[in-house]
Amino acid sequence: MTHIKTHFNRRSFLKVSAVGGAGLMLQFSWLSGLAHSSSNAEAVEGLFNINAFIRMNEDGTVTIMSPNPEIGQNVKTSMPLIVAEELDVDWDQVQVEQAPLDTEKYTRQLAGGSQSIRQGWDSLRMAGATARYLMLASAAKLWSMSPDELVTDKGMVKHLPSGKSIAYQDLLQEAATIEVPEEVPLKDPKDFKLIGTFVKNVDGKGIVTGKPLFGLDYMEKGTAIAMIVHPPAFGMQLDGYNADKAKNMPGIKKIFTVNTALDKPQWSDVNAFNELLVVVGDSTWQVMKAKEVLEVRWKTLGTLEATTAHLDSFSSVFDKSEGELGRKDGDPDGVFASADKVVESGYTGAFLAHNTMEPMNFFADVSADKARLIGPIQTPEQLRQSAASLLNMPESKIFVDMTRMGGGFGRRLYGNFGLEAAAISKAYGGPIKLIYTREDDMTQGTYRPSYHIKYRAALDKKGNLTAFEVKGSGIPSSPLFPDRFPAGTVEHYKATHYGIDTNISTGAWRAPRSNFVAGAEQSFLDEVAEAAGKDPIDFRLQLFDRAIKNPVGEGNDYDPERYAGVLKLVRDKSNWGNKMPNVYRGVAAYYSHNSYVAQVFDLEKVDDANIRIKKVWCAVDCGIVVNKEGAINQVEGGIIDGIGHCMYSQLTFEKGATQQQNFDGYHLIRNNEAPLEIAVFFVDNGIAPTGLGEPSLPPVAGALANALYKATGTRYYRQPYMVVPQQPKFVG
Amino acid sequence: MPQYSLHINGAIHQVDVDADTPVLWVLRDHLQLVGTKYGCGIGQCGACTIHLNGNAIRSCSLPVSAVVNAEMKLTTIEGLSKDGTHPVQKAWLEIDVVQCGYCQAGQIMSAAALLERNPNPSEEDIRNAMTGNLCRCGTYTRINKAVAMAAKDL
Ligand code: FES
Ligand code: FES
Repeated sequence: MTHIKTHFNRRSFLKVSAVGGAGLMLQFSWLSGLAHSSSNAEAVEGLFNINAFIRMNEDGTVTIMSPNPEIGQNVKTSMPLIVAEELDVDWDQVQVEQAPLDTEKYTRQLAGGSQSIRQGWDSLRMAGATARYLMLASAAKLWSMSPDELVTDKGMVKHLPSGKSIAYQDLLQEAATIEVPEEVPLKDPKDFKLIGTFVKNVDGKGIVTGKPLFGLDYMEKGTAIAMIVHPPAFGMQLDGYNADKAKNMPGIKKIFTVNTALDKPQWSDVNAFNELLVVVGDSTWQVMKAKEVLEVRWKTLGTLEATTAHLDSFSSVFDKSEGELGRKDGDPDGVFASADKVVESGYTGAFLAHNTMEPMNFFADVSADKARLIGPIQTPEQLRQSAASLLNMPESKIFVDMTRMGGGFGRRLYGNFGLEAAAISKAYGGPIKLIYTREDDMTQGTYRPSYHIKYRAALDKKGNLTAFEVKGSGIPSSPLFPDRFPAGTVEHYKATHYGIDTNISTGAWRAPRSNFVAGAEQSFLDEVAEAAGKDPIDFRLQLFDRAIKNPVGEGNDYDPERYAGVLKLVRDKSNWGNKMPNVYRGVAAYYSHNSYVAQVFDLEKVDDANIRIKKVWCAVDCGIVVNKEGAINQVEGGIIDGIGHCMYSQLTFEKGATQQQNFDGYHLIRNNEAPLEIAVFFVDNGIAPTGLGEPSLPPVAGALANALYKATGTRYYRQPYMVVPQQPKFVG
Repeated sequence: MPQYSLHINGAIHQVDVDADTPVLWVLRDHLQLVGTKYGCGIGQCGACTIHLNGNAIRSCSLPVSAVVNAEMKLTTIEGLSKDGTHPVQKAWLEIDVVQCGYCQAGQIMSAAALLERNPNPSEEDIRNAMTGNLCRCGTYTRINKAVAMAAKDL
């Protein structure tokens, strides 16, 4: 049996308290003593850097706090599920509560990089296992037996030979007297009862009945509505304004400017516009109307960028400088010079907006000595730090709470809207709710950068890959991961980064960098396989074979066996190689955020002008699947999102301004453009789980481009693919 | 400001708002019925979908002065059923459709209106009827499954 260190051995972590009317409650707060004690600092490192909190109530229910922000990735269900598994209670007994930001109790209260489950796995299991052990030990003490003679099941401790049993809630008093051991046993994964099953979203009922769960829904009595007016273009700044007309409109309370510039901005403070004009009023509609009649003057301070100029700079970026070398193995230049065959292609991707369905918004109530900031934020801890420096207030005086979020996709890692709300509330002198219109949201983003990548591959006479070169550029920086596949599979390899300056604000967007690299790389490999005269799956498997048996170089950032594993799984499930009438297939595989995903797209020609996505086959290796229902939902969502963004979506610029401001100009994928069917398969390997919020998105652009090539005979080099002339129409 | 009487979810509500105020903001700001969401304000995303006499409409694009007739009955997600027992809501839970959940009230209202006028929709009918509702999380295949399941359950 596996044991896990509990990191505590003191009774003081347990507390039995009387709760109003409900009787007794046993509280476990693990690692709380660790957050600040240096002697245990080591233990907090690595995977044990998340704390949690369980409350066992006398009515038999168990309250499990969910410390991480919920943005639709469903951690609010899956993280407590892990605790409940080890605690061995019935899922029906569990109530889940969102924990507020509390850096004393929890660490890494952040949603990003698909890391919540990966980093929480061990500590969540330990939490549940510790509580379970205490139940076992309490019953043992009560019955004068050894804990080894007892078992647990669905919130009961049982002695099977005698048929004796007792419910957890009847052991709470006793449990508070038990010493927490240094190690507790963990369940064998084959005994899991909850993990790996289909568990519904804990907030499902609230959502389908319209409960006020989201940031935009959060209101307190006496809260005024605030909206911002920001410069109409990147490179512009506020010059002056006339609010005479606007301030006399009904319901308008105050019009003023705020500045959210920080002395020392941190990574989460990406923001193009610090100085903003603000309108505060009674209701949203009144404020929206006042915004429209404001007369504002802007001045141009920097370049007003344009997409045409961006594309021009891509065409010369690789000639203008040497770039920054990311990795070099062997002698790629020499091999290319004497290669039998060289394949070369370039790929370009547009800027993308996050477009969470819930626009940015935040509640703030700032007074002279304290601040309350409540809303949808992926980085509550960073927001509190930055707010402390903006408001010149100690962090201990700032309370940050997270609401459910109507999508994140990386946008809410950057909390400028939270800071704006704080600055507005302070200047206004009362509680306000800042709301972005869709236009504000789309035109003042932290966009996915625009990218351009060029690949070269050398083949020998037998069609073996002998050298591979990649040059990656982006506005502002290169998306390449030099140590990822195909590094390690080819003797002569080179990866170089190039950057292009911009004043457009950019940041992480679902599966950062991978969201573009995967499509480009996997499309290119399809071309190379074709030039080599090989089946695209066989071609990739041969490369992985090399990396398994005799990897090239050091520090390859992937496991070639797991990579090959998902490709084989999708090959077998989709009956790859089976020719079907009117089915055009493409394949891709990609590793990101510690998980492996391979996909086969089946396209079908409806008629001469229309194509549709009949089926997507998707194989995933994310280790143990915690909640099958949520996992499949994430994978499906990532695929549909990926199709939408590589096919249709783009943000283009003219005179520094985005040419799309709302969903009439910005094409997000719609229901009738989604695939008819998605089949998801998981590799069952018992490895500790990794995240799923992002990994299914990146390979889509490759598998779809490769299938499109089969259907149309055209290779797709520029995302969104729809912009290519004569693109056949996609229908549902 | 003019006073309006609105029939919402079987009750009459009085509000004092400008004539051009969209029903969406009357619901959200003045009546605290925040289940109806704001997504675009221009009739493009469907997050604000409610029913006007059983038909799906975009409340962001409908001024309050247009719905004050006593014959104009509005239903929001809060009034679709008691306790979330409408067949569409039940199917949504059964299929576990939601991800972030923000678009889902609008999706459910569109689906319920579709089934009201077409209790036996084909797959294509469903896709067409639901195409005005954006879901950034990409739950479309589940939405379509849930609508088909609800149709069976009617
Ligand atoms: S908010 Fe009404 S359609 Fe988008
Ligand atoms: S569930 Fe997130 S937008 Fe639809």
